[in-house]
Amino acid sequence: MAGHIFYFLIFPGLLFAGVGGGLLSWFDRKITARVQFRVGPPLLQPFYDFVKLMAKETIIPSNAAKTVFLLAPILAVAGACLSSVFILLPGFGISSGFRGDLVVVFYLLMVPSLAYIIGALASGNPIANLGASREMKLIIGYELSLLLVLAAIILKAGNTISLNEIIAVQQQQGAFIGSISGMLLFIVSMMCVQAKLAFVPFDIADAETEIAGGIFLEFSGFTLAMVKLAKYIMLLVLPSFVVVILLGGFRFEGIHILWSVLKLLGVVLLITLVRNTNPRLTIGQSMRFFFIWMNLFAIIAIVLAYFGY
Amino acid sequence: MGIKSYCFKKSLWLYHFAGASCNNCDIEVLDCLTPRYDVERFGMLLIGSVRHADVLLVAGSINKKCKSRLLEVYHQAPKPLVVVAIGACGITGGVFAEGNTFAGPVDKIIPVDVYIPGCPPKPEAILAGIVNFLNKS
Ligand code: SF4
Repeated sequence: MAGHIFYFLIFPGLLFAGVGGGLLSWFDRKITARVQFRVGPPLLQPFYDFVKLMAKETIIPSNAAKTVFLLAPILAVAGACLSSVFILLPGFGISSGFRGDLVVVFYLLMVPSLAYIIGALASGNPIANLGASREMKLIIGYELSLLLVLAAIILKAGNTISLNEIIAVQQQQGAFIGSISGMLLFIVSMMCVQAKLAFVPFDIADAETEIAGGIFLEFSGFTLAMVKLAKYIMLLVLPSFVVVILLGGFRFEGIHILWSVLKLLGVVLLITLVRNTNPRLTIGQSMRFFFIWMNLFAIIAIVLAYFGY
Repeated sequence: MGIKSYCFKKSLWLYHFAGASCNNCDIEVLDCLTPRYDVERFGMLLIGSVRHADVLLVAGSINKKCKSRLLEVYHQAPKPLVVVAIGACGITGGVFAEGNTFAGPVDKIIPVDVYIPGCPPKPEAILAGIVNFLNKS
């Protein structure tokens, strides 16, 4: 029991993922700044933002559903922490003794987005509701593609749904991305991660220039700090998930530590570059993108994987 | 200096309220975000919702129509909040001061912390104003 609480609160959970995700969020902002020929924020910027938001006044809109509005961001953080535990424990080679984690992770990764939607709907602001409905449509778009990716991964790993075994298979036979189907899956999963992180081609739900922050519009002070924390954690968790299912996971001996960190930074770098070189899509375009193209790619990858490519 | 106020100074998020300005001041505010001036290196960000704001930038003169809106935006923002009046119009009324729709310089309506004069002030002047305020308080 104490071990489980330690997992949740300290090591792969809240503290570790919060700090690691904060650093990655600095990395993302710094790269964005360099792409735009700017200097960019200092290293500790995410922590300054977090502490400042914690110290600020929290406003509850007068026509909001008070309890739900306050609890939704906490639910988002809890979901993000749980998914980080389930992904990073196998990622670090610690066995949780649980064999169906791929399916659980799929559901847990959806919790933060759902929590934002609940919070936005509870805030009673029409523009936040607009953001929530956009986010819902986006979820409907990308979840099927992600599910197809996971199906292909299960097929490639020889019908196992345990992340530990998926990593073990990759460390024996080389990472999945080395095959043609693996590359297709990598493209699809990167796009899903981009949409889950709500980064630019898919930041439809919190488009600042159109709907002034969308789903996050009414959050302030403590609630906004929790939203930020959940976002930091997701910025660590989702790229690690891609590394675990396609790039062979992490390893912690000798030179492999460097490779593991580089893999993670490489994935984040790719996400940031996509984010900085694309305009925002409309909701219809992004649904079409996932429903037609990404699903097509994923199905081709499944067929290829079935024939062993 | 406590950690709270230190972090507050390191991470100011700006909300831009454009009154009945001639729009030059608004353009100069946007200039601060360009690669040449890059306010993000001080942790400042331009945000879209006043609920996230730490700094309320008021540019332009305030007329009878926007007075009530300015008050509403001010009350919607979470405190602590720094109010900055930008340009001659915000501070005194400037060229609009004699107009019959003019509803008063900004500091008659809400308390102002920083005044940045100029018509329009240069981006350097806006940055210098905010940095001076931070060093003083
Ligand atoms: S101060 Fe000058 S530049 Fe600024 S809004 Fe007024 S008239 Fe325009």
